Amino acid sequence: MDLNYTDEELAFREEVRAFLDAELPASISAKVKTGKRLTKEDMENWHAILNRRGWLAESWPVEYGGTGWNAVERQIFEDESFAAGAPRTVPFGLKMLAPVLMKYGSEEQKNHYLPRILDGSDWWCQGYSEPGAGSDLASLKMRAVRDGDHYVINGQKTWTTLGQHANMIFCLVRTSTEGKPQEGISFILVDMDTPGVTVRPIILLEGTHEVNEVFFDDVRVPVANLVGEENKGWTYAKYLLTHERTNIANVGANKVSLDHLKYIGRKQKVRGRPLIEDPLFAARLAQIEMELDAMATTNLRLLSSPDSVANAGPMSSMLKIKGTEIRQALNDLTRRALGPYAMPFVSEALDAGYNEEPIGPDYAAPVTQEYFNNRKITIYGGSNEIQRGIITKMMMGL
Amino acid sequence: MDFNHTEDRAMLKDMVSRFIADNYALEARNEIAKGTEGFSRQMWARFAELGLIGALFSEEDGGFGGAGFDIGVLFEELGKGLVVEPFLASAVLSGSVLAQLGNAEQKALIAGIIDGSKLMALAHGEPESHYELSHVATTAVRDGGGWLINGSKAVVLNGDSADLLVVTARVSGETWDEDGISAFLVPADTDGVSVRGYPTMDGLHASEITLSDVRLPDTALLGDTGKAYPAIEMAAARANVALASEAVGLMDVCRDMTLDYLRTRKQFGVPIGKFQALQHRMATVLTEIEQARSAAVNAAGRLDRPRIEREMAISSAKALTGRIGRLVAEEAIQMHGGIAMTWEYGLGHFAKRLIMIDHQFGDVDYHTARFAELSRQAA
Repeated sequence: MDLNYTDEELAFREEVRAFLDAELPASISAKVKTGKRLTKEDMENWHAILNRRGWLAESWPVEYGGTGWNAVERQIFEDESFAAGAPRTVPFGLKMLAPVLMKYGSEEQKNHYLPRILDGSDWWCQGYSEPGAGSDLASLKMRAVRDGDHYVINGQKTWTTLGQHANMIFCLVRTSTEGKPQEGISFILVDMDTPGVTVRPIILLEGTHEVNEVFFDDVRVPVANLVGEENKGWTYAKYLLTHERTNIANVGANKVSLDHLKYIGRKQKVRGRPLIEDPLFAARLAQIEMELDAMATTNLRLLSSPDSVANAGPMSSMLKIKGTEIRQALNDLTRRALGPYAMPFVSEALDAGYNEEPIGPDYAAPVTQEYFNNRKITIYGGSNEIQRGIITKMMMGL
Repeated sequence: MDFNHTEDRAMLKDMVSRFIADNYALEARNEIAKGTEGFSRQMWARFAELGLIGALFSEEDGGFGGAGFDIGVLFEELGKGLVVEPFLASAVLSGSVLAQLGNAEQKALIAGIIDGSKLMALAHGEPESHYELSHVATTAVRDGGGWLINGSKAVVLNGDSADLLVVTARVSGETWDEDGISAFLVPADTDGVSVRGYPTMDGLHASEITLSDVRLPDTALLGDTGKAYPAIEMAAARANVALASEAVGLMDVCRDMTLDYLRTRKQFGVPIGKFQALQHRMATVLTEIEQARSAAVNAAGRLDRPRIEREMAISSAKALTGRIGRLVAEEAIQMHGGIAMTWEYGLGHFAKRLIMIDHQFGDVDYHTARFAELSRQAA
């Protein structure tokens, strides 16, 4: 073992820094660093810049236009990107659908969709959860009935993140009610402009529009849009959930948030002294910092270990649990560091171009809404309780 | 970066693991621990023959390892075997101080540590020092051409078996000052040294040592007068790499025993591992163990970094393995139920050591506070 970067890794880090320095628009990084909302154009703009450099698909193999980076290189890129204030890329096409298409898609599907993910022609969203199928995803009911060269889809998806920006959705649909619920699910790609698709916003508890409901009313989808075999969709869905492990622990973003929390801890005063010198606050901060430092190594250790593929299930579950717990602990302590200034909530203050005087410290505005917004992270992607079930069942073989 | 062990360390790991499997079953271990010294001289000689003590010293000092990962790999395996022989006291603690401060003549003693013929112990902690490394109230004053030592040393690991003690004493300054601490080589049979040995909860041996008008020649002094603290801190850092790694080995054993029990123990007609209340707790244990392992890796891998970075990793490792060690020990016992409460079943012996490790060289609270302080200094 060696925790030191090699010369090649150090050189790569310099290359990444130089790229970010030259190419990351200041207008975007300023928003990220101050917790302002990004527009669709901001996200598309950064996507295009990364694609031009060939660094968009960090976890794809080179043959499909990916970087071919190993775990350490990906971590360096992630750390530097977050430190520079780069936005995170939208994962639905790049990190969720793409690996499924590479493994289970037809040649036509790969040739058609993968380049369109890279060049931004398609913005994908995910059609998994339904009102009656959350943690028990396999109980999903949205039907797809074969009619000649088409499937006719009826039903509803929900929690569709950034569905308002998307033109494509990958869905799990029920194609059979025979046998176990898992055996009648298919994986299908739907153009959201197809007649019968309706997107309605869901406003989250802190007031943001991030997720949606998507309704399907006699939506006709060509049979060619089926991925893999009919009724094998559960296998592909599970592959999707366990395959994408890069960034699942969110180490890079958490490091930046920790630094920001320390900054706030030095600025906030208690009896005239910096909050960071308060023993109880300092201990809470230390606990998070120690956990995060260990997490960074856990992440690289598990991603670099030769048997990591065999353990993909429990490993990605462990990374998800620990990464989200640390994130929430950071959000919680940051909120508490503000004292009463955690309370003011002027939503417009989070839009770029807001010119009013901030209420309280200039770093206060996004903190509490992020705390509330990130309650989602232990719920989505398979709740942390679902992850715990996966870990133990796989480790015990029960 | 590289997260795989070198071939040499992988071989060391395999060798220790096989030796323990063949020669160090739990029953035999408990017999050894019950002996008058709390370990087996014969077993110690065999460990020396295998070269395991030498693995804790650099080539420069006559060993063939001595790096953080050498300590880590060895102690993880020693932990799995609940080994009671004095690797920590003699090789890691005393050996480290000797290697850092000793002159050529004094360092010649290291060969005896490595071949097992010389047993040493570090007499540093005191009845009122808690975990504070700079707390030294024992005094050393000039006495003709030599030194006169007075004071008490507390919970000195294997102090009752050592031929030679490394004793710290204050030559100047206040009780908590880092400056003004000296280290001395003190033969255990020196007049005025009295040693009261006793067993510890986890099957080791420690001792209370009283030093009354102990007269030492000038040649007993290790290093420059009053300047021993950095070496003590480094010895403690190496000890904490050992302890954190040992804890990880112990956690792995507790984990395997508990997983196995959840698979096989039936209640209400099914294996108890079918119950979600236990599944989720076990998943937390499994996840946290990986965090503890990472913290131990970080400490081993940063042992040669600049002081603050090194000590942050050390405190982080000790705080995390302390917190997680307690979680693993308590959860393993609880999920087993009554059987874990028995002496015979075995789990309890691993749990006891895991909990007691938190009482050596700083516990969770001590290292959390220390990390916070170091982190502020680093900023």
